[in-house]
Amino acid sequence: MAAPPAVITVRDLERRFGDFRAVGGVTFDVAQGEIFALLGPNGCGKTTTIRMLCGILAPTAGRGEVLGYDVAVDGERIKQSIGYMSQRFGLYEDLTVRENLDFYAGVYSVPARRAEARIAELIAMAGLQGRERQLAGQLSGGWKQRLALGCAIVHEPPLLFLDEPTAGVDPVSRRRFWRMIYGLAQTGVTVFLTTHYLDEAEQAHRVAIMYAGKLIALDTPDRVKQTALGGELMELECAPSAAALAVLEQRPDVLEVTPHGLKFHLVLRPGAAPATVQTALEAAGVQVAAFRTIAPSLEDVFISMLTERDLR
Amino acid sequence: MLQRVLALARKEFIQILRDRRTLAMVLALPAMQLLMFGYAINTTVDHIPMVVYDPVNDSVSRGFVEALRNSSYFDLVGSTMDADAVRTAIDQGRAKAGLVLDAGFSRDLQAGRPGTVQVVVDGSDPNYAQTVLFASATVASVHGAALQAQRAQRLGQPAGPSVAAIDLRPTVLYNPGMASVTFMIPGLIGLILQMQTLLLTTFALVRERERGTLEQLLVSPIKPWELMAGKLLPYTVLALANITAALAVGVFWFRVDFAGSLAAFYVLSLLFLVSSLGTGLFISTISQTQGQATQAALFMLLPSILLSGFVFPREAMPLPLQAVGWVVPLTYYLRILRGIMLKGVGVDVLWPDVWPLAVLGIAVFVISALRFRKQLA
Repeated sequence: MAAPPAVITVRDLERRFGDFRAVGGVTFDVAQGEIFALLGPNGCGKTTTIRMLCGILAPTAGRGEVLGYDVAVDGERIKQSIGYMSQRFGLYEDLTVRENLDFYAGVYSVPARRAEARIAELIAMAGLQGRERQLAGQLSGGWKQRLALGCAIVHEPPLLFLDEPTAGVDPVSRRRFWRMIYGLAQTGVTVFLTTHYLDEAEQAHRVAIMYAGKLIALDTPDRVKQTALGGELMELECAPSAAALAVLEQRPDVLEVTPHGLKFHLVLRPGAAPATVQTALEAAGVQVAAFRTIAPSLEDVFISMLTERDLR
Repeated sequence: MLQRVLALARKEFIQILRDRRTLAMVLALPAMQLLMFGYAINTTVDHIPMVVYDPVNDSVSRGFVEALRNSSYFDLVGSTMDADAVRTAIDQGRAKAGLVLDAGFSRDLQAGRPGTVQVVVDGSDPNYAQTVLFASATVASVHGAALQAQRAQRLGQPAGPSVAAIDLRPTVLYNPGMASVTFMIPGLIGLILQMQTLLLTTFALVRERERGTLEQLLVSPIKPWELMAGKLLPYTVLALANITAALAVGVFWFRVDFAGSLAAFYVLSLLFLVSSLGTGLFISTISQTQGQATQAALFMLLPSILLSGFVFPREAMPLPLQAVGWVVPLTYYLRILRGIMLKGVGVDVLWPDVWPLAVLGIAVFVISALRFRKQLA
């Protein structure tokens, strides 16, 4: 089976603002139908990257192709073919649900005959039936988000950009939103999103972790977790925690210790025995209630990677 | 392309109709301005309160005071016992003018010499002061001439040559009643047009930026000029509706005669709109919030109000200020409006004002549009 064609191709893409290198040479591909997350803290260059891919910011160096169009010269054609939803949703709060959809249908030149059916479809998809005449500003966060998504895909774009899509939305609405995103991906729509929420990035097919303008990891969420930590992740429940921390930080077979609520997450050097660590803890008078291997979350990976970088 | 512009214009209209504040600004403000300015700015002054110190108090002196009163420029609000009390009355604000007759007033007149009268004027309002000086001098010369003629007749002499050596017969053109309102209405139409379009277009654009919808439009296929057209079109339509309403109030309520051609009025108003829309566009490119936009708009409007000749005659300004007025589009538009409405002249006569207005308007618009485009790209 042939691999699906790449919808986004990026090679050494770079963007400087004066002396500041916001994006410093990133390379990746996004395949058709893929949900691709760009994860990183605020100010790491995610937004600059997405702006270049949308054709509204010219790269300083490198090459980017979106749907076969060069981002440096074909911005206008890219804009016509993509959907874009920003953190601020881009809705007119003093317009009704229906008027917002009508407006974006007009902006994307959806033929009037097609628009009618398409808008009905989107209203059903977002579960906004019966709210067509409600002002967008009166909707709660989750409804607004689904309406914004509807507006962004009113012209049935093959590629959808989501810039921090679920900021400030409750967990139930977030889940519902993601069901819509999966639904779109199943119909062949490619979704490119930026986020600084780790659990959100975990929903994607592939995740690229960006830090200080560079990609520091790029794989499926599972493989990123496995390879990035450099060892086995353990969870430790014990008391008193101050004494435990003192012991753990001294040991060369413990690569990393991070407090997680009342527990600790630690990364053991490959080949190290958990039993020796436990013995050492107990020798120092620490009561160990539980000490077990756990599956790492992206958050562990993220923190581990960032501490490692900052230490260097 | 057209679909995108129309979608924007349609959206803008819905927003205008839905936003009570904007709607009030669009509908009520022009009417309020017209009524307030139309009635409040009345530079024609009469019935000025006056006190009199008349130590003579005979038929001759009373006759002169009566003549002043009959001119309807003055109301007699009191007589005083001495000359100092006249000053006190003006100090206290009971009177704006005072008349101090010389003790030898009647005697001198009867002897054929000029009678002496001192006129004391409250100069704090130059408008009043000028009227007092002008009216009292006129009454004095007319009344004096009549007295002289009477005396000559009584003495059996022919009337002196001084009586009517120069027979001045003034003809006031265009505004025969010299009513302030006739002068104000064209100015108001210009000012309303300027304020409305400038504020509304500025806010319409800054609001998009403030609410984050501009970001969304940037990623859409809308081109900067389409965004501009879609935004400016609704406000152009509104502006034309506004000046039509203002014109109707002027003609039907204030009874200002419209002497010229309506077509010229609308065509040249559209020309003026270009500069207003351009200025609004410009302000939107330098403002991040509506608060900043308001400040900038006021800054831009001030020269229009003060230096364009809307209220204060430009001829009386020092040259540097006059020069600033030359780059204010309203200066030319006001002259054009007054020319069309009051004098009934056409573009052929108004050409010296039409071409600078066109040059200014197009320059402002092009600069703003380029700035706007650059900012969005």
